[in-house]
Amino acid sequence: MMKFRFRRQGADPQREKLKQELFAFHKTVEHGFPNQPSALAFDPELRIMAIGTRSGAVKIYGAPGVEFTGLHRDAATVTQMHFLPGQGRVLTLLDDDSLHLWEIVHHDGCAHLEEALHFQAPSRPGFDGASGLPSLAHITVVLLVAVGDMAALGTEGGSIFFLDVPTLTLLEGQTLGPDEVLRSVPDDYRCGKALGPVESLQGHLRDPTKILIGYSRGLLVIWNQAARCAERIFLGNQLESVCWERSGHTVVSSHSDGSYAIWAADTGDSPTVQPTVATTPYGPFPCKAINKVLWRSCASGEHFVIFSGGMPRASYGDRHCVSVLQAETLVTLDFTSRVIDFFTVHSTRPEDEFDEPQALAVLLEEELVVLDLQTPGWPAVPAPYLAPLHSSAITCSAHVANVPAKLWARIVSAGEQQSPQPASGASSWPITGGRNLAQEPSQRGLLLTGHEDGTVRFWDASGVALRPLYKLSTAGLFQTDCEHADSLAQAAEDDWPPFRKVGCFDPYSDDPRLGVQKVALCKYTAQMVVAGTAGQVLVLELSDTPAEQAVGVASLDLLQDREGFTWKGHERLSPRLGPLPWPAGFQPRALIQCLPPAAVTAVTLHAEWGLVAFGTSHGFGLFDYLRRSPVLARCTLHPSDSLAMEGPLSRVKSLKKSLRQSFRRIRKSRASGKKRMVTGSKLQEANAQLAEQAGPQDVEVTPVQRRIEPRSADDSLSGVVRCLYFADTFLRDAAHHGPTMWAGTNSGSVFAYALEVPAAVAGGEKRPERAVEAVLGKEVQLMHRAPVVAIAVLDGRGRPLPEPYEASRDLAQAPDMQGGHAVLIASEEQFKVFTLPKVSAKTKFKLTAHEGCRVRKVALATFASVACEDYAETCLACLTNLGDVHVFSVPGLRPQVHYACIRKEDISGIASCVFTRHGQGFYLISPSEFERFSLSARNITEPLCSLDVRWPRDATRVSHRSRESPKLSQANGTPGIILAPQSRDGSPDPICKEADTLEPPEAMLSPMSIDSATSADTTLDTTGDMTVEDVKDFLGSSEESEKNLRNLSEEEARACAILIK
Amino acid sequence: MNRGHRHGAGSGCLGTMEVKSKFGAEFRRFSLERSKPGKFEEFYGLLQHVHKIPNVDVLVGYADIHGDLLPINNDDNYHKAVSTANPLLRIFIQKKEEADYSAFGTDTLIKKKNVLTNVLRPDNHRKKPHIVISLPQDFRPVSSIIDVDILPETHRRVRLYKYGTEKPLGFYIRDGASVRVTPHGLEKVPGIFISRLVPGGLAQSTGLLAVNDEVLEVNGIEVSGKSLDQVTDMMIANSRNLIITVRPANQRNNVVRNSRTSGSSGQSTDTSLPSCAPPPEPSLEPGEDDSDEEEDIVIEDSGEPRQIPRAAPSAESLQSLSQVELSFEYGQNGFIPANEVSLPPVAGGAHTEFETRAPDQKLLEEDGTVITL
Repeated sequence: MMKFRFRRQGADPQREKLKQELFAFHKTVEHGFPNQPSALAFDPELRIMAIGTRSGAVKIYGAPGVEFTGLHRDAATVTQMHFLPGQGRVLTLLDDDSLHLWEIVHHDGCAHLEEALHFQAPSRPGFDGASGLPSLAHITVVLLVAVGDMAALGTEGGSIFFLDVPTLTLLEGQTLGPDEVLRSVPDDYRCGKALGPVESLQGHLRDPTKILIGYSRGLLVIWNQAARCAERIFLGNQLESVCWERSGHTVVSSHSDGSYAIWAADTGDSPTVQPTVATTPYGPFPCKAINKVLWRSCASGEHFVIFSGGMPRASYGDRHCVSVLQAETLVTLDFTSRVIDFFTVHSTRPEDEFDEPQALAVLLEEELVVLDLQTPGWPAVPAPYLAPLHSSAITCSAHVANVPAKLWARIVSAGEQQSPQPASGASSWPITGGRNLAQEPSQRGLLLTGHEDGTVRFWDASGVALRPLYKLSTAGLFQTDCEHADSLAQAAEDDWPPFRKVGCFDPYSDDPRLGVQKVALCKYTAQMVVAGTAGQVLVLELSDTPAEQAVGVASLDLLQDREGFTWKGHERLSPRLGPLPWPAGFQPRALIQCLPPAAVTAVTLHAEWGLVAFGTSHGFGLFDYLRRSPVLARCTLHPSDSLAMEGPLSRVKSLKKSLRQSFRRIRKSRASGKKRMVTGSKLQEANAQLAEQAGPQDVEVTPVQRRIEPRSADDSLSGVVRCLYFADTFLRDAAHHGPTMWAGTNSGSVFAYALEVPAAVAGGEKRPERAVEAVLGKEVQLMHRAPVVAIAVLDGRGRPLPEPYEASRDLAQAPDMQGGHAVLIASEEQFKVFTLPKVSAKTKFKLTAHEGCRVRKVALATFASVACEDYAETCLACLTNLGDVHVFSVPGLRPQVHYACIRKEDISGIASCVFTRHGQGFYLISPSEFERFSLSARNITEPLCSLDVRWPRDATRVSHRSRESPKLSQANGTPGIILAPQSRDGSPDPICKEADTLEPPEAMLSPMSIDSATSADTTLDTTGDMTVEDVKDFLGSSEESEKNLRNLSEEEARACAILIK
Repeated sequence: MNRGHRHGAGSGCLGTMEVKSKFGAEFRRFSLERSKPGKFEEFYGLLQHVHKIPNVDVLVGYADIHGDLLPINNDDNYHKAVSTANPLLRIFIQKKEEADYSAFGTDTLIKKKNVLTNVLRPDNHRKKPHIVISLPQDFRPVSSIIDVDILPETHRRVRLYKYGTEKPLGFYIRDGASVRVTPHGLEKVPGIFISRLVPGGLAQSTGLLAVNDEVLEVNGIEVSGKSLDQVTDMMIANSRNLIITVRPANQRNNVVRNSRTSGSSGQSTDTSLPSCAPPPEPSLEPGEDDSDEEEDIVIEDSGEPRQIPRAAPSAESLQSLSQVELSFEYGQNGFIPANEVSLPPVAGGAHTEFETRAPDQKLLEEDGTVITL
């Protein structure tokens, strides 16, 4: 028809150039705590810390904002990491017996982490067995000797090999076999036939020729590598770890029976049988092994002994503890997750006589805890990054851009009152290496995460380091079953061991009904709405002073006397009545409880009108929180929908819960396993990886099967309210605009209400005491009946309307009220723009018909141009169920660009995605990590930092430069960590180049002006919860497999069948 | 019906237009403002007024440019009549009780010049069988094979209209392997296949799809490279007007075309592998067929549901003539040109033998039980 005339528009070269200036896709930084950490290292000279993970990622952290990320080519577990002190290089050992040398190199003034060399231990089958020569299989420990020029590798077979580090080549002829050691050991010291694997290697701080070797069977040898003889020999029990005191006079060993022993290394020259001290700190009953022990001396003479494990097996065998002992003071740090490793920050200069430890850093499975050892009481130091996002599971997230400075300061101050900063500023965060070169962020971005335990956490998402600002807890308003249980248990077991709860990771929620489903914040009035799983909608307001007050409670029946429905889900939460004390921060003003108490699926706030709208699977309501009176309740249930009454979302919830529990079980079983990988546990490992859906190739083997139905009016859950929206627009006639409220449901229905909001008296914040009225203005039924994901009204210029207060306070350009308005309705299948007030289709794009993908998340975002200072476009960004991000023009709805962003199997990643209003986004790559990505060519938040390294640059290492580090690969389900945006061959990635070099420093500051000019904040939907469809996707294979098997038998080899009605 | 006006439809000519209206043996002449024809209701009232038959239910018809007698019973075909009348709008009025429905229709006048005389002489037509042509709103499109003339013989493009039926589409699709002829010889590539038909479903009852047919396109989008899930979503998204191009597993029943002489003309093509060269298929853009697509329903505050009209693009007035023609072909006045097989616009007047086949015939043919050679 006539359309063909308009079809060919895409190939316009000018538009293509403009697109390049506007859009570019980068995954910039990972926020949060690395998933499944497995190794830890610290460089005391550069003061940087490295964390390795089970998926082969290497992350290096220094001062806040200084971050480097690398990923091994093979997704093998990083078992050990060792810094070459001061060189900015780190040697990693993987569980496939390969060694990798990473280095921090500078390109264009910015530092990047790159893999320089790697070494695969030669494993020649038959070689070791036939010739009797020791093999380099199963490296157990690595020690850097001679300031990092040489590495000693201890093996399972008891041999020690030496490796030239700059070239990563084996030094032949220096290998120290167990036989050679045994020759210098008197017969009575031979512990059985063999020495066992090398369990520990320790170097002497001052004398690089001396190595302390600990064998698993209990033999400790101080070996002089120059003279090739054993200097001292000690014989203890089954060994776990050893530590050499800095003077070299004392050796500490820890054992598998939960004891540690102190040996004098400088008395006499005869072999020592008896340690000077041997204690089982948590005896006398059988104890678990002490996995690692550290001895740190102090000038005061009261040395520190720090060890992990060793708990009484029967009573506290399941605790994850690190004990710190100084003189008579013993503290048992009780963590909620497994201890991976720990280190102390102390002096390492050889001329210093004492260690003088400043801080203890403990890496746990789920968080990093740093204790200040110089302040009495050893308080924990709040971490400026590596925050455990998942301390309680994240249930939703939202991003607020351009936070006004005033609100920012108030939130920060509320957060400071919540967790007072340590008084001594000097000994705050000990890991301070590197310099952050990134500009001070031009605008403040706030990331809100809602959690399962009813808390909302506020994060500073302005820069590279995601910093916790404030935590809001809504649990205090409700009576929950298991209150005080924790504190009682805490009090009972205070005596011995002297447990001290440390860390904030607490995955166990008191009551799943407390879970936060939706959050909305008005950044101008500091009012917010928090809506939860049991239909509770809480309106809060930021207050700078503590207060004691009662909260008004209202309940709203969304069923509206529909007959024949009985809610079979959870009960509503019972609020605590009477005045309650509230600390400074967000304090509740009103509580609305939806009936039936189904989870809130959409919420929106209009602070200017004093209205909050909320929806569940049954309907939606409108509440005037200034007058504390309900305005409207509307049931959206279809008469034949019975599923909605069973609390479907709680079913999803419980499924999620059970999934999480099974993951926990996997984790637990891993934790209880031996700390080192033995061949037997490979299967377990493989199973765990399978459970986490490691590879996309696995998925392709098993065909995805899903029974599908055409969307019809009586589909179940068709009444779920998916989005709510307030707008000042023309609903009834073209002459008068006024407040409107829009609601979209799962079955493609859109309800538009005209609101009668009494005008505020000039100057006064208070509205006259007149009721708000809502009249149904229009009802649109999309014929394709796909769920309505988002609604937005566009002004006469095609721009989204500004947020409440933005226009009236001159913070944004006033919307064009002259030209005709239009409403953009985004469903899971199509985007459509309709004219207003007469609803007629203007433009549309049928995404599903074109691509076969469904829309999961949608947001209107402003994209600024890199080439032109003040050019920006508002576009529609959308994430599909295939994990692709598409950008469309508005209101033309022309496809602009699309990028593959998230793996399509990663349903929690897709469900958690949230877009910012300037073309960035976040999604969870693991329960504890947000990946930040950028769709904008201009607005990119990525680490820019430098590190002062000194390299003994020699010719040898240049020639051994190995392959390019992998550019795009997978780390724990994280696709595409870009290791080196500027590759070393001099042909940098053009987009990165553009972003980094073409952009003058002024440009980095300028987004402020752009932002404020076009600041229609329209992060339309910021859900982080799973929808039923997500789960359907996920369940597809298992649920249908049975059915499918039947198909198989019935119809021969038809692998997979889908019903299309 | 509360349909929206088709703006611009009659903006071609200016001024007034002569109307000659005949009821029984009486003629009335009057004029209408061509640019403002008003609503059908008003026109109907006017006719009753000028003929002085205020309380008589009548059927209104007009002679179009081809001489066909077409009904006027709503705003759309009324405007159509006004816009196409040149220079004179000839109106024929019959009493409803003695109406001759068979007089209406296309081609009536070309074949038999006496259609109008039938109307003129009401005693004549009584001998003929009484065929009732229902009103336009009772028409619905039905499932069919389309684009026969532009597709290779080994392919079949099927339009499944779910609209108006309670039947499910009723088929399953699966992953499978398809053999393609490539420059490197035969190659196995993944494909999507019909795996099962639900008894009583649209696919089975129309006989348009069969088990193991390979799905090549969905509404003009090729499915190669798409996952089963994606194809499923595409089919659901188009489920109201689903056009699937398949390579039938059973190649015996391929349509034999007269218009193009191919090597296998008159022969069964069951021996042929998929045709060697990828067929030059005019890709059917989705959204192109908007005119027969579903339209969303909006309920104004008056409570009256209505279809959402498409907003007229500003440039449309210039194009009004071509649009009139186009919309005419699509039977805007309620008459589907060929009620079994809808004509693709490019097909023009290329009538194939297949087109006129009755549905029951086709079923027989494609069942495989009766093979016509």
